[in-house]
This record gives sequence, C-alpha cells and structure tokens, in this order.
Amino acid sequence: MFGPIVAKPGSSRKNKTGSWRTESKPKFLQTNCIACRLCVLVCPEGCIEGLEKNSFHCDYDYCKGCGNCASICPKKDIEMVPEG
Amino acid sequence: MSGSQIKSLFASGHTACAGCGQSLAARLVIDAAGPNTIVANNTGCLEVFSTKYPESAWGIPWIHSLFENAAAVASGIEAALRFLEESSSKKRLRDITVIAQAGDGGTADIGLQALSGMWERGQNILSICYDNEAYENTGIQRSGLTPYDASTTTSPAGSRSFGNPRIKKPLPEIANAHGIIYVATATVGFPQDLQRKVKKAISLKGPKYLQIHVPCPLGWGYASSLTYQIARLAVQTGLYPLVEYENGVLKGVFKISPKPVEEYLKPQRRFKHIINNPEELSKIQEIANDNIKKYNLVTAAG
Ligand SMILES: Cc1ncc(C[n+]2csc(CCOP(=O)(O)OP(=O)(O)O)c2C)c(N)n1
Ligand code: SF4
Ligand code: SF4
Ligand code: SF4
Ligand SMILES: [Mg+2]
Repeated sequence: MFGPIVAKPGSSRKNKTGSWRTESKPKFLQTNCIACRLCVLVCPEGCIEGLEKNSFHCDYDYCKGCGNCASICPKKDIEMVPEG
Repeated sequence: MSGSQIKSLFASGHTACAGCGQSLAARLVIDAAGPNTIVANNTGCLEVFSTKYPESAWGIPWIHSLFENAAAVASGIEAALRFLEESSSKKRLRDITVIAQAGDGGTADIGLQALSGMWERGQNILSICYDNEAYENTGIQRSGLTPYDASTTTSPAGSRSFGNPRIKKPLPEIANAHGIIYVATATVGFPQDLQRKVKKAISLKGPKYLQIHVPCPLGWGYASSLTYQIARLAVQTGLYPLVEYENGVLKGVFKISPKPVEEYLKPQRRFKHIINNPEELSKIQEIANDNIKKYNLVTAAG
C-alpha cells in the first residue's frame, strides 16, 4: 500500500468541479470586451479562454463560480447571474 | 467547451476552494516555468487539492513526500541531474528547472531546516513559498508568517487577545542571509509581475527564493470573489511590499501610492476584532509605514 503512487498528468480534468457552484455563475456578455485577458489570468480554475474581443468564455464543467472574473473585468463585461 | 484551446501545466478539476489564491498562483508559476520542470512539494493545501488520488492536476513530473522535506527531495533530484549531466552526454538535462515548493508553514516553520541546508549548499533550485499566512490545510493554525493581530485557531482573538501577537517572520531576509543569488516577493494580485519573477529566478543559476502572497478566502474569511483585489490591497497599503534582491542587493521595489491599511483589513474576518480599535489599527499602519520607509515604496513627487 505504501510506496510511490503515479497518476496521469492532468487527470484532474476527470473531476467536474462545476457541480460545486451553488449560487451564481459568470455570464460573459461579449459586448464591451477589449481582450485584455485579465479574466484568463485570474481564474483560479484556469477555465477561461478567448482570443479576439468579445470571444471570451469559461468552461462551466470546471467553473466554481468564485466571481473573481466578474469582479476584475475592467469593462464590466462579465456578470454573475443566478445558477440554474 | 468543445475544442478547448486551454494549454496549462496545471489542469482544471483540482479541488481547491472556490477563489483560492494558492491554486491561481500554482498555475501562474508552473506556466511561467514551463514543461521542462520537476517539482517537489511539501504537504499542505496545494499538495492535497492538486493530487486527489488517483488524479493529478500537474502536467510535469511532480513529487510529494512529507510536510517538511520538499527541499531535501529537490536537493536529491538536483544532485542526480548534475551527476547524469556529468557522466553522460545528455546536455539537455542542464535545462531542467527544479522547484521545491511549500506553504508558509512548510517553508517558514517545519521545512526551514531542509531549506536552509539547500540554500547553504548552493544548489540550483528555486524554492517557492505560497504564503497564505497560516496552516490552512489543517484548520487555520498560526504560522511564522501569520501577520500581526490576525485571528487564527491557535491565536484566537478574544477578551484577552488581539490575535497573533507577533509580526511576520522576515523570511526574505533570512534567505538573503544565506547569500543566495535571488530573493523576491510576489503576489497573485500582480500576475504579470509574478510570472516575470519566476522566469527571472529560473534564468539565474544557484538557489533562489520566491515568496508569493496567496489570499485564502476560507482561512481569512472574505468573499471568494475578492481574492485578486485583496491581494492587490496588501501591496497597495504597504503591508506586503514587493521586493527583488540579487546577491543580497535590493534591485527592485514595486512603487505604490499608499492606501490606508483599513482598506485591506476590513473585508477579512480574521481582522474583524480590530477594525474598530484605533490603537491596534495604528500599530498595523505603523508596520505598513515602516515598510514604506524601509523599501522606499513611494515614488518621489516630481
Ligand atoms: C510532520 C507533520 N506534522 C503535521 C502534519 C499535518 N499537516 C499537514 S498540512 C499542514 C499545514 C500546512 O500549512 P502550510 O504549509 O502553511 O500550507 P497550507 O495548507 O496553508 O497551504 C499540517 C500541519 C503533517 N502532515 N506532517
Ligand atoms: S477581463 Fe473583461 S475585457 Fe478583459 S478579456 Fe476578460 S471579458 Fe474581455
Ligand atoms: S467565476 Fe471563478 S471559476 Fe468561474 S470562470 Fe470566473 S474566475 Fe473562473
Ligand atoms: S483553505 Fe485556503 S489555501 Fe486551502 S484550498 Fe481553501 S482557499 Fe485554498
Ligand atoms: Mg499556509
């Protein structure tokens, strides 16, 4: 039982932590986005992507609804909306 | 999201609390360090939430052994790489980065002995401290890096106590006293600066120490959406100065226009007991003022 245990790289992706969200989730309005990428940098789940302006979105399979992306977006282009 | 383009060496699906600053820092660090990296990790939240058996969030070789010995494990890895390099023609081994990482408890308290030895031996390893200012994983106990007056489960505020009676252990200075090549502080509140410091550290050969401020919504008692802003306020008030040393010489400081410390303390439950106590507040303001003076944090006007 004791000894080295080896796990596959990146296998945490099996864990769909999006089910943790209880109250709200981010809505990417995609209207005033300037593609500053700050939301991508600050998401603790690393689940936001996008390249062009107004193309940013997150993966709800992993988003825990922490709200950091919405609170930092300089254009207020991300809004927390009730889950459901 | 089908056809996701996200390429990170720290995958989603880890089990940190929502809004965890340490999980954010871990991703920023490893993506700055790149795939040619081996990490040894002390026990703590990061180890637990990144490797829930039988899964791993890491996209690089990563090893955990005990709470106190990542620096010893990393020392062995670095020595083995050096041996292989000298005894074979595998020149590529020279480009492998070795990181030893831990929480503040693992770094400043229980792991300090192994870390000090590693620094003393001059090994080519980057040590990283994820400073969430308490032993979070086991229930928010005070560590040597818990700030003055913070209420923790082992320094509880009450009728006879204002919380933690000591100031933060000056770990960057302790690291510098070992004569190591690079020492810096960083924060998730300034992610580009953090990633630049990781790259800078890796570009230098020898022992390096990087201490990263990583707010913890659970242990500090604030809304999970405030992690980034709280991290910035710690810097902007002067309570967490961002400094950079090379060979013990101060090479860079992050300049600020100081905000009152209350702005940083107010959203956090761990400081709730002093927020209406002018005497204690002025002591904390004094700590910030001392930092501002000591590191010349304010840009001179004109
Ligand atoms: C020798 C030993 N003592 C105690 C523990 C229990 N323990 C595991 S993690 C931890 C706290 C870790 O604190 P820190 O290093 O600050 O990391 P954090 O969890 O805050 O990120 C403790 C006390 C242990 N695993 N081994
Ligand atoms: S933070 Fe806002 S403006 Fe910047 S990329 Fe994200 S959505 Fe666009
Ligand atoms: S709410 Fe939090 S976890 Fe979800 S996308 Fe925004 S920053 Fe990421
Ligand atoms: S307790 Fe704090 S450091 Fe640990 S996972 Fe939760 S938020 Fe992160
Ligand atoms: Mg800690």
